[in-house]
Amino acid sequence: MAILVVADHDNSTLGAGTLNTVAAATAIGGEVHLLVAGSGCSTVAEQASAVAGVSKVLLAENAALENRLAENVSLLVAELGKDYSHVLASTSTDARNMMPRVAALLDVDQISDIIRVQSEDTFARPIYAGNAIATVQSSASIKVITVRNTGFDPVSAEGGSASVETVASSHDAGVSSFVSEELAQSDRPELAAADIIVSGGRGMGNGENFELLYKVADKLGAAVGASRAAVDAGYVPNDMQVGQTGKIVAPKLYVAVGISGAIQHLAGMKDSKVIVAINKDEEAPIFQVADYSLVADLFEAIPELEGKL
Amino acid sequence: MKILVAVKRVIDYNVKVRVKADNTDVDLTNVKMAINPFCEIAVEEAVRLKEKGVATEIVAVSLGAKECQEQIRTALALGADRGIQVQTDQPLGSLAVAKLLKAIVDEEKPDLVLLGKQSIDSDNGQTGQMLAALAGMSQATYASEVNVDGDNVNVTREVDGGLQTLSLKLPAVITTDLRLNEPRYASLPNIMKAKRKPLDVKSPEDLGVAVSSTLTTIKVEPPAERQAGIKVASVDELVEKLKNEAKVI
Repeated sequence: MAILVVADHDNSTLGAGTLNTVAAATAIGGEVHLLVAGSGCSTVAEQASAVAGVSKVLLAENAALENRLAENVSLLVAELGKDYSHVLASTSTDARNMMPRVAALLDVDQISDIIRVQSEDTFARPIYAGNAIATVQSSASIKVITVRNTGFDPVSAEGGSASVETVASSHDAGVSSFVSEELAQSDRPELAAADIIVSGGRGMGNGENFELLYKVADKLGAAVGASRAAVDAGYVPNDMQVGQTGKIVAPKLYVAVGISGAIQHLAGMKDSKVIVAINKDEEAPIFQVADYSLVADLFEAIPELEGKL
Repeated sequence: MKILVAVKRVIDYNVKVRVKADNTDVDLTNVKMAINPFCEIAVEEAVRLKEKGVATEIVAVSLGAKECQEQIRTALALGADRGIQVQTDQPLGSLAVAKLLKAIVDEEKPDLVLLGKQSIDSDNGQTGQMLAALAGMSQATYASEVNVDGDNVNVTREVDGGLQTLSLKLPAVITTDLRLNEPRYASLPNIMKAKRKPLDVKSPEDLGVAVSSTLTTIKVEPPAERQAGIKVASVDELVEKLKNEAKVI
């Protein structure tokens, strides 16, 4: 049977995590169909049809799906999902919000956050904030799964030529409505998609000092992240948080500045290819996972680094 | 309004987790257990809604072996009015928990159900959403602000790009994120008082729920260890290494 992947998008752009999710679907094996559910999102369907390895795109448009409210989208996904062996989505907040509803409507257990496909019914997933990896086997008739992006290299966004099929949708639970959103505006890359991330911790001292990191990031074409301590202290907004309860990232280069390395932060970045830590505390646990450790005062080291890039 | 708040007994978040030598599970023998931090935030939010005069009664529920009564008592000490324990020694998956909570919701008919967004042991993040689907309720996950307004509740959620605000019709399910509130410490008099608050014990059979799961854990392993690298003496050396050795810039 085929695999249904629920695409991440904002009605105009296909989310990068969808490419990793399609990679996981390809690893399971079988035909891959990509569902684009939203409103006024036909451009997303076009992008979806070009994704490598996708054989069919299902486009469902309905005003009630515009803001991807979980109550409404899950009705559609559960209805379509009955004809599939697996239903997959990424670990975006949209998907994590919606998929357990799908699993419950289909009366199956969900497997969250897989990082490896062992076979069509057996998957590895981190538990205890990544301090253990569990291998779980599912005997459910339909396997509802969320995929941790960092576990799978993305498939190509181009080269595919899937057909686009329109699916009728009038799914509206009528119990919730969208009021507003405040999305961070930034010219820098998104954390989840960035090749290089520069992150600051409590050692930054205040929000203004993050300016030092932005300057370095702009020279590197990097995204800027933060530890939970920096977010909780109000230095930067929550969408910048890297860690177990924030974003899980695995860039080519992760530069941790003034971050001590609490276990919950490490859980969010320790799969990065190269880790640099800059901290004045020689004993900081971050140095135990860093490839390159610089014991220095960040307020001297960071401007110097910026100058030398 | 009546609030149902679900609490889970988990390993204390300060404890270093170790995998058992036979790779069947993590080792929980003689390990300090506590209320899941996100559940504690849910209890605190319920108590604050009661202090504001919005909520009239808070029922704390936990599911599992007898020991989870300790976490119900913690919730009672923080300000919940009474407790319900669903007693079972079987391991419970998120779907089974959601079905048991649905049965309790049918009995208690709360206007609001508050839960943590995930538990720090299994890290599934499923129960609240599953409960909402089974009960046909509206939901808001990852809440950082909750405002009850008549028959609706406005919830601000922490989403990937920033913040999103939804309006939900009651009854609703809300799962808490870290920044919703800072839980208080229970005072000694309140801890003593909590011991006398009512706590009902039920079984999955009483609730007519089968708790079997389609998931089997085959093995549990420690994650691959990352080796510490080298110390660089200066910014110059760091830049040189990143350019020529790691080749990442």
